Amino acid sequence: MRNRAYNGLYVVIAILVVLPFVLPNSFYLDLAIRMAINAVIVLGLNLLIGFAGQISLGHAGFLGIGAYASAVLPTHFGWHPVLAMVAGAVATGVLAALVARPIFKLKGNYLAMATLGLGIILSIALRNEAQWTGGPDGMPVPAFGVFGFELSSDKHWYWVVAILLSVSVWASLNLIDSPFGRALRALHGSEVASRVVGVDVVRYKVSIFVLSAVFASLMGSITAHYVGFVTPNLADFFHSIELVTMVVIGGMASVYGSLVGAVLLTALPQALATFEGWETVVFGAILMICMIFLPKGLVPTLAAKFGKGE
Amino acid sequence: MALLDVTNLSIHFGGVKAVQDVSFSIDAGIVYSVIGPNGAGKTTLFNLITGVYKPTHGEIRLDGESIGGKSPDELARRGVARTFQNLQICMNMSAIENVMVGAHLRLDRNLIKAALRFPGLRRRDAELREEALELMRFVGLDKFADARADAMPYGALKRLEIARALAMKPRVIFLDEPAAGLNPKETIEVDHLVRKVADSGITVVLVEHDMKMVMNLSDRILVLDYGKKLTEGTGEEVRRNPDVIAAYLGAHA
Repeated sequence: MRNRAYNGLYVVIAILVVLPFVLPNSFYLDLAIRMAINAVIVLGLNLLIGFAGQISLGHAGFLGIGAYASAVLPTHFGWHPVLAMVAGAVATGVLAALVARPIFKLKGNYLAMATLGLGIILSIALRNEAQWTGGPDGMPVPAFGVFGFELSSDKHWYWVVAILLSVSVWASLNLIDSPFGRALRALHGSEVASRVVGVDVVRYKVSIFVLSAVFASLMGSITAHYVGFVTPNLADFFHSIELVTMVVIGGMASVYGSLVGAVLLTALPQALATFEGWETVVFGAILMICMIFLPKGLVPTLAAKFGKGE
Repeated sequence: MALLDVTNLSIHFGGVKAVQDVSFSIDAGIVYSVIGPNGAGKTTLFNLITGVYKPTHGEIRLDGESIGGKSPDELARRGVARTFQNLQICMNMSAIENVMVGAHLRLDRNLIKAALRFPGLRRRDAELREEALELMRFVGLDKFADARADAMPYGALKRLEIARALAMKPRVIFLDEPAAGLNPKETIEVDHLVRKVADSGITVVLVEHDMKMVMNLSDRILVLDYGKKLTEGTGEEVRRNPDVIAAYLGAHA
């Protein structure tokens, strides 16, 4: 049953390989890149929300740390972009662990509130520290290069994020079907049962929270370098909610659901642009309809309907 | 020396003294039952010994080591397993995965190795799947090997919990009403299963309302009433004790 889950990975890779040759112009290539970046973030977030059953409403904040680390450190301090990216990820990991440890010792969904607060604080800090971050206007990000090879064209970026996405899907599938992943899912299914078989639930919750935050930070850095410009909007509350929505619409605890959710919600605002001014209303209506008729999310509902199972 | 030694164990929830000054000891390898009317504190006693609750006072010793107030995962490391009165099955997982979770502490739980699909880890997981299948066969659930947990009938889930507990390779297993809600045929099956578990060398501590099953299986019985120890002894001794009859029938002896 589990081996079948990997079949989807080949489909994903096949689509990623064919896509740049069939996309009509650079607008679609850009959209595909942003879809793939979101998909990686949502994969990480789904491990936390869907599989481990913990919620984060501040993931955009972690994205922001990564993005601004890649913007500020090379610009103001002359750091190498790779070093800046790693520094952002490490800082995010440490911050996430510091926040999560005390929170997870409490019972109940305090993480939602704590991450909500943290995300808002981070976004305010990025807006206000204008001498470093450019304030609400944002700041340019230097190009990303390794060993004298500079990532400049969208084609290059496409292949980078396509590989990152494929590896992330593969790693997520591996993780879920491992002792670590089973413990995560078990503490979601029954916390007391997982404790009595020896799962140190606080440690597992902290680990997966840190992992998903680091994922977000790294992809924040990638976004910053790809776009070449960062604004505080990247880190704000609405972006956090958007990421959670991608998880829910695509399907909680579904690897491929994460991809579908990210792709749909990245494309939807573009597709709805023709509604001029009404797009938010249509967007909201679509989300509501999805939640009413597909409460488990797109992929799990459809999989159950066609009797495949992921 | 006894495997488990409980002395003057008490827990208070506000003004409610759910378990009061209870002392008993359990020898290794026996089937030990805890009985008493509803609300007598049987499940609370289990929760205290398996670390779900912390005792207000009193002492619990496992093989001489004080374990009172230790967390469930620390107790799991010491070979204490349990099942739950109200099912605690992970409905988001398949039946066999529920059993495999039981072996958590015997596995390499490294995140990085798992994400990168290290061959050693995969091999161990494949072995574990065989082991879990064997356990499902042992509890009589082999036909549910590929089933999702949320698609299984209640009686099967009860036995799935036992299989998960056995996957821990425990020294002592606490069964909280394994036959509750089962029909007579299923009850007899569980009765045989508990016997098989005990025969495999695992000490069994049982809470159960089915008196036929308790009398049939138990080497010794502890009777609780209103959180206090009423009496303790063999089945025959307990059955003859007038206090026990009074507690169950409500007579003022």
